[in-house]
Amino acid sequence: MKRATKLRILVLVGGVALVELLCRVGVIGAFTMIPPSQMATSLWRLIVTGQVHNDMVRTLTAVVIALGSSVLVGAAAGSAIHALPRVRRTVDPLLAAYYSVPVFVFYPMFIVMFGLNDIPKIVIGFLYAVAAMTINTLNGLDRVAPVYRKTSRVFRMGPAATAFKVVLPCAAPYLFTGIKLAVAYSFIGVVGSEFILSTGGLGYKIGWAYNDFNNQTMYGLILFILGITMLVNMSLHAWEKVLLARRGLQ
Amino acid sequence: MSGRVAGTFFGSRLFDFLVFAAVFLALWQLAHEWGGDVAMTTPLDTLTFSVRTLFSAEFWPHAYATMRAFFIALILASSAGVLVGAVLGFHRLSGEVSEPILVAVYSIPKVTLYPIILLFFGVGMAAEVAFGALHGIIPIILFTMNAVRNIKPVYIKTARVLQLEPWTLLRTVLLPATLPEVFTGLRVGFSLTLIGTLLSEMFGSRSGIGFQLMNAIGLHNMDIIMSLTFLLVAFAGTANALMLLVDHRLHRRV
Repeated sequence: MKRATKLRILVLVGGVALVELLCRVGVIGAFTMIPPSQMATSLWRLIVTGQVHNDMVRTLTAVVIALGSSVLVGAAAGSAIHALPRVRRTVDPLLAAYYSVPVFVFYPMFIVMFGLNDIPKIVIGFLYAVAAMTINTLNGLDRVAPVYRKTSRVFRMGPAATAFKVVLPCAAPYLFTGIKLAVAYSFIGVVGSEFILSTGGLGYKIGWAYNDFNNQTMYGLILFILGITMLVNMSLHAWEKVLLARRGLQ
Repeated sequence: MSGRVAGTFFGSRLFDFLVFAAVFLALWQLAHEWGGDVAMTTPLDTLTFSVRTLFSAEFWPHAYATMRAFFIALILASSAGVLVGAVLGFHRLSGEVSEPILVAVYSIPKVTLYPIILLFFGVGMAAEVAFGALHGIIPIILFTMNAVRNIKPVYIKTARVLQLEPWTLLRTVLLPATLPEVFTGLRVGFSLTLIGTLLSEMFGSRSGIGFQLMNAIGLHNMDIIMSLTFLLVAFAGTANALMLLVDHRLHRRV
């Protein structure tokens, strides 16, 4: 193992141990933060008793819908924009500025439009994720060398065969980056919306526990969300490494 | 693009942009026709109501509260971010140790951490500032760190040959070499700090534009919601466009 990796593990373990100590000694009060070990047991209890099962399903369903639609729409929009240079010239600066707009400010508007249900948070998750997918699709298509397209024409390949056998494999690493970002963004969009105002879901439950002074539940749930996003990010990262290694890029 | 229109007004970027804007406004108007006043206000009404909001007495105290929290958060995030980023950039090992941790923290939904911040700071401006700064600081650290790492070794060597004083070294070599990347980090940090500040106002606060927005949901007042959203988007968009201009200029200079 590399020295930096060892040190990193040491830093993380030491940090958690320090927080545990500060909580146990009483420097950080029980009303402010519970010791990490109690967070873990609380999380375990929440999972075993099935208390948050419904909210978990609700949040994850919303994330999956937002993610799926943003990946499909983003890939389609990216391909369409790539095919139309004039549209691209106009849209490019807007895409570059997209993430400077605080997307969450649209949430109240969507609540009034669609009602207080799961649609507004899915729309926010979608809006957050779709631009990342579009931008990365464009990046990927830009990287398909003209000689590949020419070669496919020499072999008289149809549009479908060219798309699946030439363009897609070439653009894949960039599409993957887009999907990876879309996962993170749809999570942030959905959980953030639930947190602001909603009728259910993990974010809602955290806000509820906060207002109820129920720190055991609150910290257990926060740990759960952080754990699940870290897990998803890390597995995507590992998968990406495998993909890159297969192409001899890393 | 066909050769016939290239070079004329119909082939210009301005024309393309105008067409795009017209299509956007037409879709907005159509959405209004379809959904009615309950769903959204028309582009024209949104604009007039936004202008009226800018002249109303109740808007400015909230805008001031938001801007104060935002700018304090931005100053904290920028100064601490640049400092920490510079240290991590110069000290390779600490940079290598902390980079994956920072990247991981960057991609988690930080909004889930807001209750913790509320418990530490209490409801109020301190929590908003802390949450805004928490959003903005990480990209600033990451960009600064990379900027420092990428200073060409020959610059430092030349400076040593010239026996520059530390202050002169900083002013004439290190700052100009890192400025473009650091500025990009500050631009990204600006947007994220704004998101953080507004989010914290929307979740739990008694003043600010975020609070006003959430309040308007209860009143079902689409005029207020649309105009505040419009003003915020206009503010963020304009600020970003200006910073992007500076950014491009800095990057070209190098």
